[in-house]
Amino acid sequence: MKRGLFSKVVFSFIFTMLFGLMAGTLVFAAPPVKIGALFSVSGPAAFLGEPERNTAQMVVDEINKTGGIKGRKLELVVIDTQGDPAKAVQGVNKLIKDNKVVAIIGPSTTGDSMAVIPVVEKAGIPLISCAAGIKITEPVKKWVFKTAQNDGLAVAKIYEYLNKQKISKIAILTVSDGFGSSGREQLAAHAKAFGIDIISNETYGPKDTDMTAQLTKIRAGGAQAIICWGTNPGPAVVARNVKQLGIKLPLFMSHGVSSKKFIELAGPAAEGIILPSGRVIVANQMPKTDYQKKALLSYVNGYKKVYKVEGDHFGGHAWDAMMLLTNAIEKAGDNPSAIRDQLEKTAKFAGIGGTFSYSAQDHAGLTKDAFVLVEIKNQNWKLVK
Amino acid sequence: MIKEKRQILIFTLFALIVLLAPLFLKGSYFLNVLVFIGINTLLAVALNLLLGYAGQISLGHAAFFGLGAYVSGILTTRFPVDPWMALLAAALCAALLAFVIGFPILKLKGHYLAMATLGFGIIMYIFFNETVDLTGGPSGLSGIPNLRLGQLIFDNDRNNYYLVWVITLGVMLLSINLSQSRIGRALRAINDSEVAARVMGVNARILKVQIFTISAFVSAIAGSLYAHTMTFISPTSFGFNFSVELLTMIIIGGLGSMYGSFLGAAILTMLPEFLRVFRDFDIVIYGLMLILITMFMPKGLIGGLEALFKIVINKIKGGAQNVKR
Amino acid sequence: MDHPGQLVQYVLTGLSNGAIYALIGFGFAIIHNATGILNFAQGEFVMLGGMFTIFILSFLNLPLIPAIMLAIIFSTLVGILFERLAIRPLKNVKPLSLVIITIGASIFIRGAAMLIWGKDTHALPAFSGSNPLYVYGATIMPQHLWIFGITIMIIIANKLFFSYSILGKAMRACAYNAHAASLVGIDVKIMVLLSFMVSSAIGSMAGIIIAPLTMTSYDVGIMLGIKGFCAVIIGGMSSGLGTVLGGLLLGLLESLGAGYISASYKDAIAFIILLLILFIRPEGLFKQKATQRV
Repeated sequence: MKRGLFSKVVFSFIFTMLFGLMAGTLVFAAPPVKIGALFSVSGPAAFLGEPERNTAQMVVDEINKTGGIKGRKLELVVIDTQGDPAKAVQGVNKLIKDNKVVAIIGPSTTGDSMAVIPVVEKAGIPLISCAAGIKITEPVKKWVFKTAQNDGLAVAKIYEYLNKQKISKIAILTVSDGFGSSGREQLAAHAKAFGIDIISNETYGPKDTDMTAQLTKIRAGGAQAIICWGTNPGPAVVARNVKQLGIKLPLFMSHGVSSKKFIELAGPAAEGIILPSGRVIVANQMPKTDYQKKALLSYVNGYKKVYKVEGDHFGGHAWDAMMLLTNAIEKAGDNPSAIRDQLEKTAKFAGIGGTFSYSAQDHAGLTKDAFVLVEIKNQNWKLVK
Repeated sequence: MIKEKRQILIFTLFALIVLLAPLFLKGSYFLNVLVFIGINTLLAVALNLLLGYAGQISLGHAAFFGLGAYVSGILTTRFPVDPWMALLAAALCAALLAFVIGFPILKLKGHYLAMATLGFGIIMYIFFNETVDLTGGPSGLSGIPNLRLGQLIFDNDRNNYYLVWVITLGVMLLSINLSQSRIGRALRAINDSEVAARVMGVNARILKVQIFTISAFVSAIAGSLYAHTMTFISPTSFGFNFSVELLTMIIIGGLGSMYGSFLGAAILTMLPEFLRVFRDFDIVIYGLMLILITMFMPKGLIGGLEALFKIVINKIKGGAQNVKR
Repeated sequence: MDHPGQLVQYVLTGLSNGAIYALIGFGFAIIHNATGILNFAQGEFVMLGGMFTIFILSFLNLPLIPAIMLAIIFSTLVGILFERLAIRPLKNVKPLSLVIITIGASIFIRGAAMLIWGKDTHALPAFSGSNPLYVYGATIMPQHLWIFGITIMIIIANKLFFSYSILGKAMRACAYNAHAASLVGIDVKIMVLLSFMVSSAIGSMAGIIIAPLTMTSYDVGIMLGIKGFCAVIIGGMSSGLGTVLGGLLLGLLESLGAGYISASYKDAIAFIILLLILFIRPEGLFKQKATQRV
């Protein structure tokens, strides 16, 4: 039985040593400015995290290639949250205490963002979230900003259009995850102001592969239009099921599917679907006078050059966050508190998600003009004017 | 007797190291990682009681963890309940549920038990996710208050570390005692052969339900601690994936060993840190570790380390004897 | 208010999803009946079928039929590797270790698929067009007919194989009593390998014929696997009519639950029924106690 004791004692000893060593790792004297990033690169929200990570890295590489900010290079430390709040909290602690970053961009999801907010607030490190949840910046938190448009803005854009079309009775079909439940909440919250009546309110699971039951129920309910709120692949299944059932009602989607992937998955069933989206997917169709056009084209073309695919709406959130942050660092230096103050002074910055103007009362910075409506025509996006 | 003395010595040493560690880790983010390791250790110990001692598998233990977190979170954010009372209520709630479903579920064996617990876990997950008015649904529940003792508020890494680890050490000590007791022996008998245990007069059915209930109780305490230290919870943390992660922890660490639970929890909590270089490889490595360790190290890393030491010590002894000759 | 054909649509939807569950359930039953193993990695073979087909179509540019055949062969090879590398070398064959190993394998296969093919969802073109067919005011897709057809074919093939072929009879003998089977000269190891081959082939076949409807990605295997498992439990672990009825019942419950009760809780309803069956009638709904397991 002696070995049992020995192994355990020696083992525990080694382990403690290991802990000590890791904790004592020297932090390099820092010529580069360190920026932290929390993205859900893997897990169910990888569709957000992956383009965001790619975009952030691309921006950093571009800036470093042209000599950095005032001669100082940037260093991006990316941590994968896997869409798990506990991993996000672990990650944010590492970024702040171990990597000693001056500011953080991300997380990708509202859940991860809500989980890390108490940590950055206490540590006094500016955070620019790339998630859409309205709770992130309402009420305003001193150190927290965000770039993703509030879901409410997308809802308002659709409702405005419905008013124009004299449609007042609608059915909603939302996915039962963070994205869908926020949409469901906003759809219900704004309905009254636009005189819209939600007469069918259905949900589906993120992994569901058939929504004909919900759609059959919706058809029987007598709505004049259907709004589906989800991210790929669910909405593509909905689009196909709508065609299968021969439902002739106009179908609206959310900005959650504003990537070419949706058109590919839904195929011919995507024709005629209308959705609110950031301008990025119709960058080429924007009029020359559009305030954001230059930024949009620079992002779209830059991303295509590096990653061979088109930059999407979600990567755009990271582009905005990086640009806002690097602008602030350029003016304010590498002091977290100065960066925060500078961020709050941001006015009329032309980004991908919209034109940002932060203030002490508004850390989301966008109006509903951040969205445009697009229609899918001939397997491509077409701006609805 | 000697065996017990040794057990006490090992535990004291372990506890000392754990309790003194923060002195060397001042201001380090690693203290934060250790808080999570503590919570996961508590969960692994709970599952180990069920699987390592009594041999009953559960693929739904994240449900008890989640139930603990949600009962605590809901009581403290929606009602004026003291966090400590909420913690107790959470643990009792989970224990009650486990007791009720324990009788029919633990009647099942092997694969059927695995499947039934899996189904239970999924049902609970759907419940956390869909009762939006109560749980906040998929967007989560925020603003959960920290635990406090008089003036002492558990809102920073060091305080949380002591909060979590004092409880975890306490539960570990109780579990080690349990394994040495008559109940522990009876449980091991069930693990080896339930029929034989019955023949020897062990009331297997009641015992299994009891250990299931205790395990759920402890898991819910871990859930409650998680809720009060994170101050934010969302259903994604309590799904099937986490149940499998828990299972992986105790298989890797060592079935039936409380230190193994710690080792497994530590490795799985820190794995993403080590694997950052490989980016997305961690899921593949989880899978491989599960397969390889089950195949070649049925007693987990702790068992493997013990065997290794045995060989080394025998070598040394053998060497010494050779010299003598 | 009721749309004509609303109920018919629920029933049709339920039956077509149910056939998918049944098809996946077969894979479980075949391995379980030959070896006593419950293969938690079964869902991953469903995923592999779909993903291999898409990969072969887009990278090797083969036509659909050869691509499907190749995909089934590839998935079967994975099944063989799995049995040879992870199941056969196992010394302590306790149900617990088997559960853990098959869970480990499912995580591994899923992870490898993610690394190789990425995280995107892909769609397979429908086998015979996508113009819906009308049945009493309700609709189904031509692809659903493929699913029904192949399910029926597989039941018949199963029946013929296990009742009339030497190999099938040998596998049945192994399931009944492996030791006795080895005494009369049946190579039990080969039979186990064979059961893994057949079940991974059926699993991947299921994955291929549903991919045009449900689309596929590296992580579709978990939920489909669990649903298939429910079907086979309700059907009492049979690789014949029991599982088909189990799958159809599960599909019906889901779609009627979504239609008349609540779509949010349809999975919960399905699992509660699974638990009730496990508690009350672990031998399945459609099985007399005397029937033999094959």
